[in-house]
Amino acid sequence: MEKATGFMKALKCRECGREYPLTANHVCEFDFGPLEVVYDYDRIKIALTREVIQSRPKSMWRYRELLPIAHEPTVGREVGFTPLIKADRLARRFGIRELWIKNDTVNYPTLSFKDRVVSVALSRARELGFTTVACASTGNLANSVAANAAAAGLKAYVFIPSDLEQGKIVNSLVYGATVVAIKGHYDEVNRLCAEIAGKYQWAFVNVNMRPYYAEGSKSMGFEILEQSGWKIPKHTVVPMASGSLLTKIHKSYQEAAKLGLVSEAKYHIHGAQPTGCSPISVAQKAGLDFFKPVKPNTIAKSLAIGTPADGFYALKVMKETNGHADDVSDDLIRQGIKDLAECEGIFCETAGGVTVAVAKKLIASGRIPTNDSAVLCITGNGLKTLDAVVGHVGETREIRPSLREFEGLLEAENRSVNA
Amino acid sequence: MSVKVRIPTPLRKLTHDEELVQIDAATVAAAFTELQNRFPGIKERLIDDTGNVRKFVNVYVNEEDIRFLQNQQTTLKDGDEISIIPAIAGG
Repeated sequence: MEKATGFMKALKCRECGREYPLTANHVCEFDFGPLEVVYDYDRIKIALTREVIQSRPKSMWRYRELLPIAHEPTVGREVGFTPLIKADRLARRFGIRELWIKNDTVNYPTLSFKDRVVSVALSRARELGFTTVACASTGNLANSVAANAAAAGLKAYVFIPSDLEQGKIVNSLVYGATVVAIKGHYDEVNRLCAEIAGKYQWAFVNVNMRPYYAEGSKSMGFEILEQSGWKIPKHTVVPMASGSLLTKIHKSYQEAAKLGLVSEAKYHIHGAQPTGCSPISVAQKAGLDFFKPVKPNTIAKSLAIGTPADGFYALKVMKETNGHADDVSDDLIRQGIKDLAECEGIFCETAGGVTVAVAKKLIASGRIPTNDSAVLCITGNGLKTLDAVVGHVGETREIRPSLREFEGLLEAENRSVNA
Repeated sequence: MSVKVRIPTPLRKLTHDEELVQIDAATVAAAFTELQNRFPGIKERLIDDTGNVRKFVNVYVNEEDIRFLQNQQTTLKDGDEISIIPAIAGG
């Protein structure tokens, strides 16, 4: 009996093209190349039109034919369709004609873009019969796996570096997941998880489920296109940890063009990293098509992956789209968080600060011309990384409950403004 | 030097499902050659035509990536453990 596979055809090695069945498997056994889902685009083209998409509820699942599940989603049905904000005040501050913020700081339910990938991975994991799920995470993914697994009644093990922000640790524990804190960098967590995944029959969302999981990121790109009036933005700035999101934004633009949902257009995908963990950015700036692994040291812990799995493909996408990478210091990351907060009222986490600060740099250097328009992918919420900004965003003014003291404070403030 | 090598799932067909293999080798490169002697065909899965470790394979000696050591020239001592791990994971 043939099992239903929806609009998926097979898993296929990106390197050698060998095909594999649609199981929990992420690596080609011949050259270790990554496996990717192959879709039946001819059938999708008939099933998925703009009208069909627009008739559906406002969630990431309005593009479900292009997401790798066989049946209707069973986990994270409400995820996605976050706002695309026209950021006029930030555009003025940075001296560019038009800026847009794709605001995944308010993604449901755990306030980061990771809910997109997790809802796909867990829905697929259930289709494949798994009851235990797991992940290697820099924080946001752990939160999302813990929350979505709880809601779906799945058992969850999440593995994180032990030095993560308090907010991200609590945000995993509260859902009842087993949180394993590893004394080491994310890359060491990841290595251990690859070994555990080989031994235990669990659905590791970003190991053996990675071909399905990673596709979830495309939904952010589809939403950007639809919310831009079915147009491909000229410039998109994307934070890079493993580099996966950047490659999937690119893929979403290509698929939408292939299916006739948008017109073909020239576009540039730019990548953003913290200087303290910038293997992809360093390679891009040097014109290399490979990267050198690094040991991370940055406040942008969600981007602290020194051996980025998709680094090679991220470099390829930037080359193909004439995009650029750049990286910024911890101080500039905090300034980026403040710029977005002060201009647009959006409090993003450190990865967002990286994206904003790199966008500013690319605009100032002319890589993004000032008469163009750019979309910034803001992937996580600032409430989760308070540790990184405490003491850097001003202090409260403390007074006794006395009108005289308050007026004294106002006067002092006016004096300093006029000085 | 007597060292252990952890074999990743995609290669276990070649090692007849053996997960942990004991071999004698003085360097990582020698370990790959020794693996090839024991399990013919395994070396080409790990090493590309130019003699480098394949793009999507990470190799660790005692939990340290060999790219932070001396790559294939990394020397081994008794009791060391080599892990071969698919690079495509995480993020």
